[in-house]
Amino acid sequence: MKRYSLSSIFTEAFRDNLGWEKAWTKRQPKKEYQIIIVGGGGHGLATAYYLAKNFNMTDIAVIEKGWIGGGNTGRNTTIIRSNYLQESSIGIYEKSRFLYETLSQDLNYNIMFSPRGVLMLCQTEHELRAMKRTSHANRINGVDTKMVAPEEVKEIVPIININGPRFPVLGALWQPRGGTARHDAVAWGYARKCSDFGIDIIEQCEVIGVKKKREKIVALETTKGNIKAKKVCFVAAGHSSVLADLAGFRLPIESVALQALVSEPIKPMIDCVVMANTVHGYLSQSDKGELVIGGGADGYNNYSQRGSFHHIEETVRALVETFPVISRLRQLRQWGGIVDMTGDRSPIISKTPVDGLYINCGWGTGGFKAIPGSGWATAEMIYNERPGKLASPFSIDRFSEGRLIDESAAAAVAH
Amino acid sequence: MLNIYCPICQRDCDETELSCGGQAHLIRRDHASSDKDFYEYLYERKNGKGIIFERWRHVYGCGKWFHTARCTLTNQVFGSYSAKEVQPPKSILATIRRSRVDFKGWVK
Repeated sequence: MKRYSLSSIFTEAFRDNLGWEKAWTKRQPKKEYQIIIVGGGGHGLATAYYLAKNFNMTDIAVIEKGWIGGGNTGRNTTIIRSNYLQESSIGIYEKSRFLYETLSQDLNYNIMFSPRGVLMLCQTEHELRAMKRTSHANRINGVDTKMVAPEEVKEIVPIININGPRFPVLGALWQPRGGTARHDAVAWGYARKCSDFGIDIIEQCEVIGVKKKREKIVALETTKGNIKAKKVCFVAAGHSSVLADLAGFRLPIESVALQALVSEPIKPMIDCVVMANTVHGYLSQSDKGELVIGGGADGYNNYSQRGSFHHIEETVRALVETFPVISRLRQLRQWGGIVDMTGDRSPIISKTPVDGLYINCGWGTGGFKAIPGSGWATAEMIYNERPGKLASPFSIDRFSEGRLIDESAAAAVAH
Repeated sequence: MLNIYCPICQRDCDETELSCGGQAHLIRRDHASSDKDFYEYLYERKNGKGIIFERWRHVYGCGKWFHTARCTLTNQVFGSYSAKEVQPPKSILATIRRSRVDFKGWVK
């Protein structure tokens, strides 16, 4: 792999940019691998990357049904934050945010991490109280957040309307080192580095069956033939239940469509991320100038990658009330992704009833921010054959054992 | 936007009038059941890609519960039936089979 650097840009500029290589090599599957990661989104690629980087494992294939970064990694609103309530969540999300800080340098790929600050508005007394509690939990666990008063909110985001009428801004939780990153670049950067480590990235390869021998995984049947493996990890977000079905077990998750949309591009008007949980909407501005807007998830299970129309209206209506200045903007694009919701809104990083089969799923509406940390923790679990400190609270057992990690109040929007 | 028939009001309802209650025909467990059964009842869902049977409530209407068959991939709705049924009625299964030849029937 050729390094991206100032001198490489300089050299290429003088030879009509003919010397650039493909970022990653597209491969056909070999007969056998040590480890197969099913799912070539951010989490899957990060898992493969940290297996190679932290544990020197390179006999790995990442197989992807569609194309790299075509799932939820390329469909989210790119927000990165770690202002969660529970200790175990803070552990993994803060690890992740911390890794994002230097990810561009680590991957030699500009993921455009922009710690522009994340502001979570409090628009009811209850929310204000809950956020205060979160800010204390954050402080105890070393996450840099603080409560800010309505006047400071207005200073940070001049375009905001803090006076209501329905939902006046009573305060906000401010995480100055939260922000955004270029979502596609995260997937591409990981894919490029994985390819450089010698990991096979196999696109358009769908798993259609799981071969087991005495409850131990031996091979995967795919649309590109059978591939043997000692260990397999499913990292398929919204489609995890479909894969689990093939392997013969059920998961405590339900898949729903979550939507986002962007406005037409305009000049810079907001330089941080604002989340308004009570009214169900969040907003930031991309480098292209589009306002990136996310809203609520559908109220019923589906795999349609489209979403209900009325949710767009609800989201936009709420945001127009909070940001009257955006009322004349037109919508440019809208899309949906299939998110995997758990009962407690926390992820699952766990062993499964099938020996040698691991799973990473349940990130629900907020998986993008967790990509590096999740990959780190999953790689550790696969290599050691048991979850480490970061992953162990997130095992599937927690549901039957009653030790839920309740983050439903910390989710981006109320679900 | 989904358009689902409410068998109690006997008319088609807009998605915004309704609220989804998740998988239908769950076996309700009580305190005497095993941990495994109770876990299944509380958390494990079919969550399949294809035909599902689910509960809906006509919240902004009669307020009653009923069951619906729907495809989670295309959102095609195959009809509604009473929440008193312990399994999907034959007429609904026949409707599904007419448009999905590979439909294998209802699995508990």
